[in-house]
Amino acid sequence: MENKTDIKQYFINQFDEFEKSLNGEKSSDFHKVRKDAISKFAKLTFPTQKDEEWKYTNVSSLLKHNFSPVPVKENVSSETINKFLFDKMEHSLLVFVNGNFSSELSKLIDIPKGVVIGSLAEALKNNNPIVKKHLGKYAENDNYFFTTLSSAFTKDGAFIYVPDGKVVEDPIHIIFITKSGSEKILTQPRNLFVAGKNSEVTIIEHYVSDEDSIYFTNSVTEIVADENAIVDHIKLQEESNKAFHIARMEVDQERSSNFSSHLISHGAEISRNDFNAKFNDDGSECMLNGLFMIGDEQLFDAHTMIDHAKPHCNSHEHYKGILQDKSKGVFNGKVMVRQDAQKTNAFQQNNTILLSDDAVMNTKPQLEIFADDVKCSHGATIGKLNDEAKFYLKSRGIGEDAATAILIHAFASDVITSIKIPALRDYLEEIITKRFNQ
Amino acid sequence: MLLEINNLHANVEGNEILKGINLKVNAGEVHAIMGPNGSGKSTLASVLAGKEEYEVTEGEVLYNGKNLLELSTEDRAREGVFLAFQYPVEIPGVSNTNLLKTAVNEIRKYRGEEELDSMDFLSLLKEKSKLVELDQKFLSRAVNEGFSGGEKKRNEIFQMAVLNPKLSILDETDSGLDIDALRIVANGVNKLKTKENATIVVTHYQRLLDYIIPDFVHVLYKGKIVKSGGKELALELEEKGYDWVKSDKAEAVV
Ligand SMILES: Nc1ncnc2c1ncn2[C@@H]1O[C@H](COP(=O)(O)OP(=O)(O)O)[C@@H](O)[C@H]1O
Ligand SMILES: [Mg+2]
Repeated sequence: MENKTDIKQYFINQFDEFEKSLNGEKSSDFHKVRKDAISKFAKLTFPTQKDEEWKYTNVSSLLKHNFSPVPVKENVSSETINKFLFDKMEHSLLVFVNGNFSSELSKLIDIPKGVVIGSLAEALKNNNPIVKKHLGKYAENDNYFFTTLSSAFTKDGAFIYVPDGKVVEDPIHIIFITKSGSEKILTQPRNLFVAGKNSEVTIIEHYVSDEDSIYFTNSVTEIVADENAIVDHIKLQEESNKAFHIARMEVDQERSSNFSSHLISHGAEISRNDFNAKFNDDGSECMLNGLFMIGDEQLFDAHTMIDHAKPHCNSHEHYKGILQDKSKGVFNGKVMVRQDAQKTNAFQQNNTILLSDDAVMNTKPQLEIFADDVKCSHGATIGKLNDEAKFYLKSRGIGEDAATAILIHAFASDVITSIKIPALRDYLEEIITKRFNQ
Repeated sequence: MLLEINNLHANVEGNEILKGINLKVNAGEVHAIMGPNGSGKSTLASVLAGKEEYEVTEGEVLYNGKNLLELSTEDRAREGVFLAFQYPVEIPGVSNTNLLKTAVNEIRKYRGEEELDSMDFLSLLKEKSKLVELDQKFLSRAVNEGFSGGEKKRNEIFQMAVLNPKLSILDETDSGLDIDALRIVANGVNKLKTKENATIVVTHYQRLLDYIIPDFVHVLYKGKIVKSGGKELALELEEKGYDWVKSDKAEAVV
């Protein structure tokens, strides 16, 4: 592929291949959605830095590769999967290999009656009414090039449905692992999580690879938190350092719902996250926390938007970045407080540590406030590790690397301690230690 | 000899602050360095600890016969040099316990010793915290964060007790302490004194020296040691004030 017209034609051509691979599924109701999407896709343009939303993020290197949207099936051993589990945690596990659900590697533990935890492909095949009602309703294709691509090629992903009043005690861990064979592959997990009224669920979306190959993950996740539901979402991005990771998450919050999210990201050559949450009714809470650690020439981009469409809602957003080498970070956090949304509390903060003079951070808070009785604040800092503190640690006999690691643990600690799963906190501390003290 | 400083000159931001310091410290000794504000006491302490902003332009520092200035800050600490800071820095997010555990184990690793297990480490902390009457709850708190002035100074001596250095430099550890806290700190320092280690007590006031009895007193003024003597020099200074050294400076070489 040479340019952005080619990439479109390439995928349009691939769509025929993809349709063939669907076999019987082509006749399901859902197939029309795919066909609409591919014709929509033909009208969109590949994003460039001329687009305001992609100003600091150049994804043209995607064009250099012919990623196959119909990945060949590969086998992954359970030993490989074990590397990505959190110690001593008994929980339900869903594993997707190259985008396809693997029932052999997955297991379900202590699932309350009526709760559905499984594969979207399965749900689509069965014309599941919940899927029919919600899929694609929040992450609309609109002008999202990559979402439209995902819609056209939707095949599998995680589907979780927690009916009204049900509480799923243990976290649900979903691993998306990519294993390339001879070709560079594109996987497009399409996830739908629906939490009914007064329900509770914790979901971990975990993107991993055991190799350092070039591939492309384009994921779309839609989350519905119905009245009074509590949804705790953690996304852990540990892709290969040569991979491309483009992800979108759309959250729909109904009255008095509570959604919290953590994005922990340290893989991929280029990763882009669009996180949008919308308050559809009064009295809800939304927390978006993030921690990204990048080095070499990695690029991390988070574009978030919290839409305060209704009054009496609270949002709290805190993203922290640690940049090494020639890496580049982008944070664009939009908070929209609409005219109706009186008594809104919105807090946003972005702090970045640059460990190298060549690292670059672009941060842009955007508060758009149309109501008058609100409390909103935002702030951003970009700095280095505190030299005085480092000297103090060294003067106690602690070496350069250990001192750096201690200060980074300290910097990241508020994001990590706000994660409610101890085993996951340990796993993350371990990632930091490995990254900064070896 | 534990420490030997010969004709030490040092610059900060291009200004010469230390202008030819000579000092010899043997194991088992306590030396006091006194002097008015701005005379270079903290600069000397920082140079000994290896702070990078301070550029040594002339002279040498031998520690146990080794060239101290060639060692990194952490290696100096691992070799047994300890600086109690005049202004201990606050480090949010890092607990005292974590700092000390890492420090103790890094030092042990350097010396080719095994890491302390958690139980032994905790009992070490417990024992040493009693020495400076530091409440156990400080152990889990972030380093110096929200500590009062006196708590910070006590915490410095607590760290000294845990790390068990050969050469301790206490930079105005007495400043800002009320008399009770001063006694506690001095008591701790005295208990840590052995024939094998030495202490340099940097102070602005004579008061501390009622509790920590020095073998030698040196007066630092404008980057030079202008007077040295026994503990009675401190009393004389107290009586006559620093103006005495200032006017007397020309004839001062000991
Ligand atoms: N980091 C620094 N940058 C610039 N000047 C400094 C620095 N540290 C010390 N100085 C200067 O060096 C001189 C001696 O300071 P200091 O060693 O702190 O004195 P003392 O501890 O005896 O009060 C002062 O004039 C002070 O302003
Ligand atoms: Mg001083």
